[in-house]
Amino acid sequence: MSKKTLIVVGNGMVGHHFLEQFTASPAAADYQILVFGEEPLVAYDRVHLSEYFAQATHADLALGTLEWYAEQGIDLHLDEQVTSIDRDSRKVITPKGSYRYDQLVLATGSYPFVPPIPGNDQEHCLVYRTLADLDQIRASANGGKTGVVVGGGLLGLEAANALKSLGVQAHVVEFAPRLMPVQLDADGGALLRSKIESLGVQVHTEKATTEIVAGEEARLRMNFSDGSHLETDLIVFSAGIRPQDTLARNCGLTIGERGGIVVNDQCATSDGAVYAIGECALWDNKIFGLVAPGYTMARTLSAVLNGDSSAAFAGADMSTKLKLLGVDVGSIGDAHGQTPGCRNIRFNDEASGIYRRLVISEDGKAVLGAILVGDNGPYDTLLQYALNGITLPDSPEVLILPESQGGAPALGPDALPDTASICSCHNVTKGDICCAIDAGATDLGAVKSATKASTGCGGCTALLKNVVDCELEKRGMEVSKDLCEHFPYTRQELFHLIKVNGIRTFRSLLRQHGVGHGGCDICKPAVASILASCWNEHILATDHVPLQDTNDTFMANMQKNGTYSIVPRVPGGEITPDKLIVLGEVAKKYDLYTKITGGQRIDLFGATLSELPLIWEELIAAGFETGHAYGKSLRTVKSCVGSTWCRYGVQDSVGMAIFLENRYKGLRSPHKLKMGVSGCTRECAEAQSKDIGVIATDKGWNLYVCGNGGMRPRHADLFATDLSDEELISAIDRVLMFYVRTADRLQRTSVWLENLEGGLDYLKQVVLEDSLGMGAELEQHMADIVGTYQCEWKTAVEDPEKRKRFREFVNAPEQKDPVQQWTQERDQRRPLLETETA
Amino acid sequence: MKPRTQWQAVCTVDDLVPDSGIAVWTEDGPVAIFYLPYHLPALFAISHTDPFSGSNVLARGITGYLKGQPVVASPLYKEHFNLRTGVCLEDENVKVKTYPVLLDGDLIRLEVPVASATKTPNAAVQAA
Repeated sequence: MSKKTLIVVGNGMVGHHFLEQFTASPAAADYQILVFGEEPLVAYDRVHLSEYFAQATHADLALGTLEWYAEQGIDLHLDEQVTSIDRDSRKVITPKGSYRYDQLVLATGSYPFVPPIPGNDQEHCLVYRTLADLDQIRASANGGKTGVVVGGGLLGLEAANALKSLGVQAHVVEFAPRLMPVQLDADGGALLRSKIESLGVQVHTEKATTEIVAGEEARLRMNFSDGSHLETDLIVFSAGIRPQDTLARNCGLTIGERGGIVVNDQCATSDGAVYAIGECALWDNKIFGLVAPGYTMARTLSAVLNGDSSAAFAGADMSTKLKLLGVDVGSIGDAHGQTPGCRNIRFNDEASGIYRRLVISEDGKAVLGAILVGDNGPYDTLLQYALNGITLPDSPEVLILPESQGGAPALGPDALPDTASICSCHNVTKGDICCAIDAGATDLGAVKSATKASTGCGGCTALLKNVVDCELEKRGMEVSKDLCEHFPYTRQELFHLIKVNGIRTFRSLLRQHGVGHGGCDICKPAVASILASCWNEHILATDHVPLQDTNDTFMANMQKNGTYSIVPRVPGGEITPDKLIVLGEVAKKYDLYTKITGGQRIDLFGATLSELPLIWEELIAAGFETGHAYGKSLRTVKSCVGSTWCRYGVQDSVGMAIFLENRYKGLRSPHKLKMGVSGCTRECAEAQSKDIGVIATDKGWNLYVCGNGGMRPRHADLFATDLSDEELISAIDRVLMFYVRTADRLQRTSVWLENLEGGLDYLKQVVLEDSLGMGAELEQHMADIVGTYQCEWKTAVEDPEKRKRFREFVNAPEQKDPVQQWTQERDQRRPLLETETA
Repeated sequence: MKPRTQWQAVCTVDDLVPDSGIAVWTEDGPVAIFYLPYHLPALFAISHTDPFSGSNVLARGITGYLKGQPVVASPLYKEHFNLRTGVCLEDENVKVKTYPVLLDGDLIRLEVPVASATKTPNAAVQAA
C-alpha cells in the first residue's frame, strides 16, 4: 500500500507540537508528511520571545531542529509560503510548485492586529510576532530614544519589556481604562500600572489614537482623540491578534463572522479532508490565543488521525500566570466574577504591592476564578482548586492571605487527585507522572523527558518538582539530596557523622564516608564549615587550608582584579576616634579605596595578597580583630544608638549589639549571618531584615528570627517577646546552633525556616519549650565555640608557616601583578576597567 | 617547529601546599602549580590567568576531582579547569595553557619557552 500524504501548513508552536505528537503515534507509518513554513527558521518558542533581546538566540528558542525533522522523515519546506489551496484536486500551491495531499492541516496561527489608524504604515511602525519583527524593532530602536507600544494587554506588556531591554524609554498606550483588561479588574490593573510605572515604563490609558504623523522632536507623533499627543521614535502595535485565515477563506472553507476557520470537536473544517488547529481555528465561536489550548487541539487531531473516535476538543482553560516586566500577574477562570451568585474575597496590600481576588461559588465550596498581581505564590494551589473542583476549606480567605497573616501553606501534592492537571501545556496529569515514575523514571529529569511536563511555558516547574519528590518518597525511593558526587549524604547527615564520630579532618571523613579520593569545590568548603562549627580549629591549620574558599584561605574578600578587601570588626558599629584614625592611616599608607559598608563597618579595597599580613599586623597592633566578612559566619550586628543618647530609646541597643557580636563572632555556619539590635520600636537598626533581630521593649527584648535582605528579602518572624538578657542569649544560642546543625549547605536562615517541617511553631517548640530535650546540649555546644574563639588573623600573622601562603609569586617577591592597573576617581584609587586599559 | 624551551627552576617542594596551588613568575608570565599528594603524577602547572576575568588568580582556587579528572575551580566565577589539559569544563572552547612540570631533587622545574622580546605577560592565556 502506498503511503498517504499529510500536509501541514504552518511551522509555529502548535504545528510543531502536532508533528511531535503525530510522528510518535502508530498512524505516522501510513503517511508521508510535508510541512510548509513561511518563515526561514524552524519552529520556535514565541512565548519567550522577549528573551531574544536579553540574550537568547534562535537556537535557544527553537523547539525542534532540522535534524529532528530529517530523522522523522518529514519533508520540511521553510521559507516557502503556501499561496493557495485547490480543494477539488487536493493540492496546495506555493511559488515553487504544487503538492497533492490526502489530509491537510492548517496551523497558520495568527497575525497582529494593527488598528486602522491613518499613518500606521510608515517606517518605524512595527508589530511584535516573529523573530524577524524583533530584528526590525531592534534596528528601529537603534538611534531612537522613545518607543510606544499600542496595546496594554499581555503581549503589549511583553513588547514594552522588549523595548525597555533595548534601552529606549518605553510607553504603553491602551484604549481601555486599565492594563490587561481581559485578565484583570480595576484594582489589579491599577496596581500593575503603578508597579510598571515604577520600573520606568509610562502608561497611558483611555487613549484612542486618531493619526500618526511626522514628529517634531522625535520621528513620529501620535495624536489622540482627547487632543493630547505623544512623540516617539518607533511604534509597536500589539493590540491583539487576528486568526490567519486567508488561505482558508480563499478556498471557500467556512469562516467565522469575525474571522477564524470554523472547526468541530475533531478539529475538522467544513471540508472533511482539511483540519485546523491553534490560533487560526474557531471552535464554539472562540479563538484561543494561548499556547496550551493550541497544544490540546494538536493532541486531539493526532488522536483523530489515529482513528480514535472518542477524541474531542472540549474547550480549554484560559488561566495564565506570567511575569511581565518582572511583575507577577495571574488570572484564573472566571476572574471577573461573572458567574451568577458568585462571591468575591479581596486582599489588597498597597504597602507591599500585592493584590489578590478570589472568586468562589455561591455555596462557598469551589474556586471559580482568581486574580493575582504582585505575587503569584498562591497561583498553583488556586488553579488546582479551580481545575479539580477540590472543596474549599471553611475559611477560603486563607488561600489568598500571606502566610504571616494566617494564610494557609500551599496545597501539598498529596492532596491532589490523580486527575489533577500538573502541566497544562502538555496535558500531563498527576496520574501520568505516577505512571512515568512506576515505569522507571526516578528523577525529575527523567520524568520531564518521559512526560514532557514542564517543557512548555515552564510555569509548573515548582509544582512538578513537588509532585515528583513526594511520589518518589512515597515509593520509598531516595530523592537525591547528596551534597555532591563525593558524599552521598546531606549536609545535616554529614554534620551528624562528623560530630558523633569525632572526625576532625576532611581526609578521614572522605576515607570513611565518601567516594573517591579528591573531593571538589562543593564538598570541601561545606565540610570545612562543619568542621569549624564542631571543633573550631584555625581555618588555616594544614589539614584545613586546601578546603577553604579563596576568601577564607586568605581571610579577605577577593575582588575582580585579584586584589582583596579588608573589613576589620567594629562591634555594634561603635568605634573610637583613635581607631578611626588608624584605619585612615593604614588605608592611606597602602593606598586602599575606602567605603562604609551597609553593616556599619569600613571596607578597605585594593590590598594585594602580600600586603594582607602587613596591613593586619598594623590593625591588630591598634586593637582590631578580623571581621569575618569573607566567611560563612557572623558578619555584623547593626545597632541604633539606643537609650544612652536617643530620646526614644528604651534599652541600651549598642551595648547589647556589642555583646552579641563579641559572643557569636567566629561562629562558622551554613551561610552568612547578620544581626540587628534596635533600641525601640522605631526600628532604626532594621533588625527585622536580619537573621537574628532584637528590638527593645520597655520590659526587655523582642526576638525576631530568620529575616534577610538581598535578592529575596524576607521579614523576620516574631519569635518571643519581652525577654530578659539571659533569656534572649539562651534563645539565640539555641536557634543558631539548631540552624548550624540542620540547615543545608549555603542555606540562609530564611530558607531553612521555610523548609523546616512544622515551620516557626516547630522551631518555637524546640527552642522555647525544649521539645527535643536538646536545649542544654545546643547551649553547651555554643559555649564551646565561644570559649575557643581566636582572631584568625592574629594567629596567622604570628605564624611564619601560615604567612607563607600570602606570597603573590613565591619565587619573585618584588614582582607586581601586571594585570592590576589603577586610576584615580573621586580622590581615591580604583582598578582600571577593561575598557580603559585597551 | 617547536619553540626553544628551557626547564626553569621556579620553587622548592617546601613552597608547595598539599591539595592546593601556588603561583610563580616565569619567563612566560604567571603560572599556577598544584600539588595533589594523593594523585600520580602529583604536580600540575597551568597558566595562573583566569581567562574569564583576565585576573591572575587560578592558583588560589579550590582543587578537586570531577568525574575522575583533577580540576581547579576559578575563585572568581567558579568555572572548572582540567588540570591535565587546561580545558574549561563549562565551556570546552576555553582553555588555559598547561606546562610540563617536574621534580628535580628539591626543585620544581617548569618547561617554558625561552623568552622572546615580544612576550607579554598575558601571552599565558591561550585561545583554544
